[in-house]
Amino acid sequence: MKKLSARRRHPLAAVVVLLLALAATGGLYAAFAPASKAQADDTAQSLAIDEGKKLYSVGCASCHGTGGQGTTDGPSLVGVGSAAVDFQVGTGRMPAQQPGAQVPKKKVIYTQAEIDQLAAYVASLGAGPIVPTKDQVSPDGADIAKGGELFRTNCAQCHNFTGEGGALTKGKYAPSLEDVDPKHVYEAMQTGPQNMPSFPDTTMPEQQKRDIIAYIKTVNSAESETPGGLKLGGLGPVSEGLFAWIFGLGALIAVAVWVAAHTAKAKKS
Amino acid sequence: MSSQEIPEENLPAEQGTAHTAVGVADDPFADPGLPAHKPRIQDIDERAAKRSERTVALLFVLSMVATVGFIASYVIFPVDKIVYIWPFGHVSALNFSLGLTLGVALFTIGAGAVHWARTLMSDVEVADDRHAIAAEPEVKAKVLADFAAGAEESALGRRKLIRNTMFGALALVPLSGVVLLRDLGPLPEKKLRNTLWAKGKQLINMNTMEPLRPEDVAVGSLTFAMPEGLEEDAHDFQTQIAKAALMIIRIQPENIKDKREREWAHEGIVAFSKICTHVGCPISLYEQQTHHVLCPCHQSTFDLSDGARVIFGPAGHALPQLRIGVNAEGNLEALGDFEEPVGPAFWERG
Amino acid sequence: MSTATTNTSGAAAPGNRKAPAGERVADWADGRLGIYSLAKANMRKIFPDHWSFMLGEIALYSFIIIILTGVYLTLFFHPSMNEVVYHGSYEPMQGIRMSEAYASTLDISFDVRGGLLVRQIHHWAALIFLAGMFVHMMRVFFTGAFRKPREINWLFGFLLFVLGMFTGFTGYSLPDDLLSGTGVRFTQGAILSMPIVGTYISMFLFGGEFPGGDFVARFYSIHILLLPGIMLGLLVAHLILVFYHKHTQFAGPGRTNKNVVGMPLLPVYMAKAGGFFFLVFGVIAVIAAIASINPIWAIGPYRPDQVSTGAQPDWYMGFAEGLIRVMPGWEINLWGHTLVLGVFIPLMAFGLVLAIIAVYPFVESWVTGDKREHHILDRPRNAPTRTAFGVAWITEYVIVFIGGGNDLWATHFHLSLNAISWFVRIFIFVGPVVAFIVTKRICLGLQRRDKEKVLHGRESGIIKRLPHGEFVEIHEPLGPEQLHTLTAHEQYKPVEIGPTVDENGVERKVPAMQKLRAKLSKGYFGEHNQIEKPTVEEYKEITSGHGHH
Repeated sequence: MKKLSARRRHPLAAVVVLLLALAATGGLYAAFAPASKAQADDTAQSLAIDEGKKLYSVGCASCHGTGGQGTTDGPSLVGVGSAAVDFQVGTGRMPAQQPGAQVPKKKVIYTQAEIDQLAAYVASLGAGPIVPTKDQVSPDGADIAKGGELFRTNCAQCHNFTGEGGALTKGKYAPSLEDVDPKHVYEAMQTGPQNMPSFPDTTMPEQQKRDIIAYIKTVNSAESETPGGLKLGGLGPVSEGLFAWIFGLGALIAVAVWVAAHTAKAKKS
Repeated sequence: MSSQEIPEENLPAEQGTAHTAVGVADDPFADPGLPAHKPRIQDIDERAAKRSERTVALLFVLSMVATVGFIASYVIFPVDKIVYIWPFGHVSALNFSLGLTLGVALFTIGAGAVHWARTLMSDVEVADDRHAIAAEPEVKAKVLADFAAGAEESALGRRKLIRNTMFGALALVPLSGVVLLRDLGPLPEKKLRNTLWAKGKQLINMNTMEPLRPEDVAVGSLTFAMPEGLEEDAHDFQTQIAKAALMIIRIQPENIKDKREREWAHEGIVAFSKICTHVGCPISLYEQQTHHVLCPCHQSTFDLSDGARVIFGPAGHALPQLRIGVNAEGNLEALGDFEEPVGPAFWERG
Repeated sequence: MSTATTNTSGAAAPGNRKAPAGERVADWADGRLGIYSLAKANMRKIFPDHWSFMLGEIALYSFIIIILTGVYLTLFFHPSMNEVVYHGSYEPMQGIRMSEAYASTLDISFDVRGGLLVRQIHHWAALIFLAGMFVHMMRVFFTGAFRKPREINWLFGFLLFVLGMFTGFTGYSLPDDLLSGTGVRFTQGAILSMPIVGTYISMFLFGGEFPGGDFVARFYSIHILLLPGIMLGLLVAHLILVFYHKHTQFAGPGRTNKNVVGMPLLPVYMAKAGGFFFLVFGVIAVIAAIASINPIWAIGPYRPDQVSTGAQPDWYMGFAEGLIRVMPGWEINLWGHTLVLGVFIPLMAFGLVLAIIAVYPFVESWVTGDKREHHILDRPRNAPTRTAFGVAWITEYVIVFIGGGNDLWATHFHLSLNAISWFVRIFIFVGPVVAFIVTKRICLGLQRRDKEKVLHGRESGIIKRLPHGEFVEIHEPLGPEQLHTLTAHEQYKPVEIGPTVDENGVERKVPAMQKLRAKLSKGYFGEHNQIEKPTVEEYKEITSGHGHH
């Protein structure tokens, strides 16, 4: 004990403690982080060909099977429809790179034309939801207020009041909806990608999906209004509390230090 | 509290007074006394003092300007005017300008006053003596004697009848206040045990307000339902929906592990209470691949393919399931009320 | 002061000296209120200068700001749960059903000019009020300012903090939005968990089943009248006692337990403290201008069947939220009754953790057995056990707090929600112990450094090479002021039980409480629990002999 406390006062002790703390933090992080970061994979891009099936056999078949029947690494694509392909590939989620809690959104590696070809091929395997038209996803003339109510009933529990996203079990999460292409929002509701449940037209008609898209665009896009000022991530009381402590109390304590400090004395002349 | 007093001499010498009796020469740790006052620049240089004076005055003038700005903003900006201000976003022009001008008007008054105090008012430290809080023994004796005299004159000790009846009266009188609180609310009775669901009530899709049909509900989808006959503008809508809200999912029957759940379902369509059994949040973060549903408030997790049993978190029991079937029109209907109370557990739940 | 007044009004009264107007007003008031006697004791009251003594003022001023803005908000707010259909100016809510409370809050935000600003000032000030009370309380704790004669004032302050939490809670429930409604639902669920009386209290509080149509109106009178009324009373008592006891001060030259050294209330602290009010108000107003808080329009009106992820209470309730989140779901069913331990235990733990810090001063004074007044503050390092206990308490608070936001840490640090909950479940027990040990070691290390500084002087940074080639750093001796400051603290000796066998060999019965006290006392002041401060002899021996380097 005595020795330890004597060494603690060594000038390098602080550095050592800091390094230990950093190592411990990193270790904890590595232990708790459920998914590994995906690496950019652009090999598929150079192999792009203009035929869906060829694209499929190169980019998708290894996991989903040569005929889309599915393997242990990927689900069957029979009957998922073109909307699912357009969403998964169009947001960069597919092709997936590494297994993890959830396949994240990343850089899109296919052109829209290639995605359309892929979608056409997968749609030919079995009927499913089809890619919506521009009109189907247009927020024009939609009822924003109704969309808000539908959003709070069906979506906010996972995606937060204004679509900032939220946590699910074991490292999974509902992603942020900020500036997501309306088409992709629509397709996600139709097809239920990954762990998201689907909201098919039979239980949530097309018009209601447009209302929801209009609501998201109003409250969570680059043009969204936040009359009160900084929206602090739109996360509610946690970020507000942090702001109040760091900037509110922090500023006030800085002011208090100034108020209580002694004024500089004149130098002795 | 202590059974044994600790004698005074066991305690350390009092702070700050320990060494004062001894001279500094004998005791290097003795209190050297208040250091001599050193003047500030403002104390010896009138030009510096003038500068301080001008700074204070400037701050006060700034405050006046800001207040004028506040009133001007109030008049100029319409309440619904939105402007883009980096990095704050698309903010209300009125809120932004009013807040900033008010903030500046107040802050500069404070800054002026403090600067004045710090640079121009005397900064000679003054020592003020403290006096013991506890009274001197004579005072204490006098008070005790007065009290004894007063108590004696009241005869409270002798006339026990008065004393006892007075205490009785004073103890009883607050009961009136307690009694008055009775009508704050009804007794619990069986209210928490029943919901609006009953045999034959159709499941109404909360999006479309139409009855749900089995073919509408796809595997992997999530739908919310309420009982037929409940109207959104009903006076007790909130109270009823707080118990009756339902989430409808469909699982391939062979994937349903719990036997009773399969039986109470209709072709794999299962209806669970949407109200968490922990403290009552509407639970509906449904993961369609794992069939887990998570509560957003406290993260209780239930396995909807296994009788909605709790697999994580603070909830104490499974989500109640509603037994459903199909009526003559081919719509989903309830086959009765929930068999157990929905929502948070309570003492009488059993 | 009076001469200045005479000079300015002197021209008006050239002949017989007539008292100036100000004096005449003061005379009038003195004849009725006795203000001169009051002013004699208080006008030149001395306040010591230290930034940490102003933390309480942050709380005090934010409380005043909350009252001012709160009164304004009552002019526009309708505490009613009657359902209305919204047709105001906020587009995304057109035609939505909501309570009048929510609708009027939308009106305050979008139709009353400056209403949004006042709402935001009110809410930001509330967060800062509680944060200010918290740090003020910690300052008092770590410097030992709660010791005699200030124990009662410590309790007043503690009550203010607890009442502040509940006033805040009832306040953010008032707009009846989806987030606050979820919080009210949680409260109702927690009330239901109470054995025997739970359902009755719930029915009485909500006027029937949840949510019913009463709670906004009831919370309103609690929020604007009942709780603030009690708080105002406690606050006045708190301040009177601060004046009566006179402020504490840190040890230093000329500062003793029998005096207080600083600046007089008039004029310096009048300007500093008065100015600080404006500074606090100004900072909060600027925050309200630039950062939105509780944007209820984006949250939506409350419906018991709707919810959003990331549902958290305001920060001061985050502690309760964390406890409830990490608790395992224990439920006992016996004889037709349910004991909801999964909710009830966190509810009790919430009260317990708060109570522990409230009663600490009494425990410490029992252990030390010290019944004297203490006006000189401890440096935290010089009370290692107390400091370690306080840090352990804060650690517990912070760990539980992390549990309260587990979903947001999960999304923002890409962690698993379940892993965070497990982390909290473990560290809720381990964390405080580790913090206690580490803090105590740090305190002892700092005490050793102080001792070395006193005995060997301060490291000057000048390296000297000795004739035989050794390099040494020159240490400069401390001045008398520093020597005094670093040795002014008092050190207790541990309480001894004494021999358990008397001279006749008969065993003496030692009460269990006395044994406990001796044990605690040893833990506080025993051999390895404080570093003995340097004595005069030690100092003289080192400084006299062979010089020092």
